[in-house]
Amino acid sequence: MVEITDVVCSLCGCVCDDIVVEVEDNKVTKVKKGACAVGKSKLMGHGRIEEPAIRENGNLKDCSYDEAIKKAAEILAASRRPLLYGWSSTVCEADKVGVELAEEIGAVIDNTASVCHGPSVLAIQDVGLPSCTLGEVKNRADLIIYWGANPAAAHANHMKRYSYISKGYWTEEGKKNKKLVVVDVRRTPTAKMADVFLQIEQGKDYLVFSALRALLYGYDDVVPEEVGGISKKDLLETVKMMKEAKFGIIFFGMGVTHTRGRHNNIVNAIETTRAAHTHTKFSIMPMRGHYNVAGINQVCTWETGFPFAVDLSRGYAWYNPGEISATDLLIRRECDAALIIASDPGAHFPGESIRHLSKIPVIQIDPFPNPTTEFADVVIPAAISGVEAEGNVYRMDNIPIRLRKLVDTEYLADEEIMKSILEEVRAIKEKEGE
Amino acid sequence: MIKMGTKVNLISGRTIVQGQNLDNKLSEAYFNEVATCELNESDMEKLGVAADGHVKVKTNYGEVVVKAKEKAGTPEGVIFIPMGPWANALVSGDTHGAGMPSFKGIDAEIEPTEEEVLQVKALMKTYME
Repeated sequence: MVEITDVVCSLCGCVCDDIVVEVEDNKVTKVKKGACAVGKSKLMGHGRIEEPAIRENGNLKDCSYDEAIKKAAEILAASRRPLLYGWSSTVCEADKVGVELAEEIGAVIDNTASVCHGPSVLAIQDVGLPSCTLGEVKNRADLIIYWGANPAAAHANHMKRYSYISKGYWTEEGKKNKKLVVVDVRRTPTAKMADVFLQIEQGKDYLVFSALRALLYGYDDVVPEEVGGISKKDLLETVKMMKEAKFGIIFFGMGVTHTRGRHNNIVNAIETTRAAHTHTKFSIMPMRGHYNVAGINQVCTWETGFPFAVDLSRGYAWYNPGEISATDLLIRRECDAALIIASDPGAHFPGESIRHLSKIPVIQIDPFPNPTTEFADVVIPAAISGVEAEGNVYRMDNIPIRLRKLVDTEYLADEEIMKSILEEVRAIKEKEGE
Repeated sequence: MIKMGTKVNLISGRTIVQGQNLDNKLSEAYFNEVATCELNESDMEKLGVAADGHVKVKTNYGEVVVKAKEKAGTPEGVIFIPMGPWANALVSGDTHGAGMPSFKGIDAEIEPTEEEVLQVKALMKTYME
């Protein structure tokens, strides 16, 4: 038995890096400390895609890696409008090859931000983001606001490591000298911990941000007695807490990006943060979901100039979410082949989009079988990044952290698979050009 | 009293067990957690549905059968289905030019049903027809 310390979790955007595991016979046998229930489940492992496979007459038939990679390359090389989607649950090194492949075949490359914090990206491009690192939150913040986010379920270590419960340089007594405000439609497990819970009417986030901005700027008279299901008294109490805080932070989640208003909600959240700056230090941060969704946004930006929904079919990068984001492309039945890596649109895309995706040739690269596997035509098993493969990822505050390899595997890493596909595609194109 | 086609506001989101089974979506644990619909006590009574009773949820974009779960803290007229294939069967792909589908705040109707809840493989097959 070997004990490995400082293990980095490859589950959510918290990217916890203080985990201790035990490894025996090349298997993680125990997670001793550091990981939350969700991260622990990831580290301990689940049933795998055991062999590469190609669908024949409706059924997946096992094959070799070489055969699967060759088939994948043939599909992509023959496609007139390929979509390369996912990239958030793998490492930046694989993402980089993905962008190279997209350029080679003139594909649309999109990532899970498209159905997650895409609206946040649009808002940030509009008005900027007065943000900070999670370290600053840990060491300074005495007012934590979770808005449309439920870290108790989705980022279970977030409060303990970085925010409400964490102990830092100027917050050495932990939650004793901190306040927690939660804004949500449901009384979530996170809401139950809050000093103030603002139960907002679904879809009224924009209005409530506007009311808070007015109050922060001193225009109390324009705010009615109730806004979005929240009384003016509670709004005033929240504003008082914001003004009195030494350092406040708004963490926002899918409750604001998935709902009516989309990026406009986030613009208003950022402007609310700015309004708080007239009184004290305040920051704002999106609660990024996948452990490396921030990383693919980084890679995609430094390679193409844009963070998601990039069309390379013109020979240069074209960015227009709403036109060429994955769900839009699928609902218009525009793409004729897709490579899905490190994500599961079968589970997480709208049914209307899956309908087209399930009918075109789909190549899936993933360690685990999932709903996408049900209609994938080429299935390529991958090593689990952070357990069987190493590489760089970006935490939700855009801090790069290197995932560690804990055990050996015979499965190929995402980067190796992507490089092999790219090589095959180039060989096919070269042959065609002869 | 059974009330047919009660109008509700559908939202979705993460749960701990859903997260624990993110890489284990073909499992019974995932099915038991995600093919469900949370309602408050008063809405359960209005619908005349008991815990684990089946309900059919319909939107303009699809319909799906899930198990009902009583959950305090869910507002009246709002139903919560954990994010996943069952919730998404009810979601439109239209992003209103913004790239993001409306995963939350969907007009839906809910009614008790005797129909079975589809397992994930069977649900995926409905798209391939």
